[in-house]
Amino acid sequence: MHKKTRYTIEDKHADIVIRNLHKSFGTNTVLKGVNLDVYKGENVVVLGRSGTGKSVLIKIIVGLLKPDSGSVIVLDQDVAALNDKELLQLRLKIGFSFQNSALYDSMTVKENLEFPLLRNSRNLTKAEINTDVEEALDAVGLKQTINQFPSELSGGQRKRIGIARTLIMRPSIMLYDEPTAGLDPITSVEINSLINEVQERYNTSSIIITHDLTCAKATGDRVAILLDGNFVQTGSFEEVFSVKDERISSFYEYNFIE
Amino acid sequence: MKSNPRTYIVSKKLDDFFSDVYAIMNFIGRFFRQLGPPYEWREIIRQCYMVGWKSLPLISVTSFVIGIVFTKQSRPSLAEFGATSWLPSLVAIAIFRALAPLVTALIAAGKVGSNIGAELGSMRVTEQIDAMEVSATNPFKFLVVSRVLATSLMLPVLMFYMAFISMVGAYLNILSNEDTSFTAFFIKALEKISFLDFFSSLIKTIVFGFSIGIIGCYQGYNATQGTQGVGRAANFAVVTSMFVVFIEEIIAVQITNWFR
Repeated sequence: MHKKTRYTIEDKHADIVIRNLHKSFGTNTVLKGVNLDVYKGENVVVLGRSGTGKSVLIKIIVGLLKPDSGSVIVLDQDVAALNDKELLQLRLKIGFSFQNSALYDSMTVKENLEFPLLRNSRNLTKAEINTDVEEALDAVGLKQTINQFPSELSGGQRKRIGIARTLIMRPSIMLYDEPTAGLDPITSVEINSLINEVQERYNTSSIIITHDLTCAKATGDRVAILLDGNFVQTGSFEEVFSVKDERISSFYEYNFIE
Repeated sequence: MKSNPRTYIVSKKLDDFFSDVYAIMNFIGRFFRQLGPPYEWREIIRQCYMVGWKSLPLISVTSFVIGIVFTKQSRPSLAEFGATSWLPSLVAIAIFRALAPLVTALIAAGKVGSNIGAELGSMRVTEQIDAMEVSATNPFKFLVVSRVLATSLMLPVLMFYMAFISMVGAYLNILSNEDTSFTAFFIKALEKISFLDFFSSLIKTIVFGFSIGIIGCYQGYNATQGTQGVGRAANFAVVTSMFVVFIEEIIAVQITNWFR
């Protein structure tokens, strides 16, 4: 299924600007001078094989990892130049959906969702918190799971709750790390739809990390292919895969033909 | 390109050891820097419940058995000198000065230390700690400060509880051999216990609790390499805590003896 892109680059204002980003782990260099702009309201899919540094890229954006060199500007703020307090403030505007959902095992769904609210919006009343929790659960269609523990949920439900937990803070930017990994095709389609719904409903700018071409096709306004530590091709899904590059075409064939 | 082999100041093992010591010192420094308000009261109370209440069954059984066995084993030696009337004092001194703090700490190192190491390790490898960080929450304060405060606060409580149950076990053993009242036994037992004994045991167990908490948290918080790393964190938390508790006990005995 192709994404019907509603998005247009009007003022060309980029929410995320990455310039000449380098990152190594010991002798293993994963990012070699990466450049990327993510514009307001846009879904950018970063495609690449496992171990090519896709997740590292979004962890640098949110300040979980520090780059060796280069700059990351998020919502007009240089992430590397922020102190701890400023970084926390910036993180309030960024939603991060983890590959394995990273729900807190010892808490119910409600407590998972309340967790960021209670610590960052201290003047909210109990009723307002409950309303926000219900609204976020409603957005992912899982109101009935409110009192369940993460261990009682299916993989797809966990992904949705993980997304709901990030939505509760009404972020401007969403970062999805392998949103469809380990899910069956039907649940994957549901997650893809949810990503598009989030974009429309909250007008978020998003980076979606994946190696699933169906997900890329369904959610991406633009697709960027990360190979050997750098983006080799950026554009719409069709543009990217119409280029005659064996490394890209083999990626396509393995996904769709096999 | 050929990479340069890493050089070590003395040897890899010694370098690693000092790196670990430096990292733990940094971790402790971070704990004290983040000790101020606002406090995560709900989490601190939950952890106190986990450390204190959930350890009670094990502490109760162990302390009761220790009280009975220690009294039973001491009786023949004292009987040889016709000094069985000293038994309550002997048992009380042994329990308050050494057995209760040390055994409480060893049980806590095994039960609580491993639990903290495994729980935080599991949270680290499943990215739950990263999730807290990106949701603009301070995971160190929520997870580490609350747990270390709970172990530091609850270990003294458990120690006094253990001492009391051990004394009950000792009394029951004495009662099976001679007729004595509970009150008479306790008065006789406690007359040899000084304020210094209470105070040193209290301070000692606070230090033991702090060490167990901080080591468990350090191992778990810095766990790597998936489920294997979780197991290693739990294991190292127990082994290191026990080792540190013994070292601290030796130092505490020396310091207490200077004051005695």
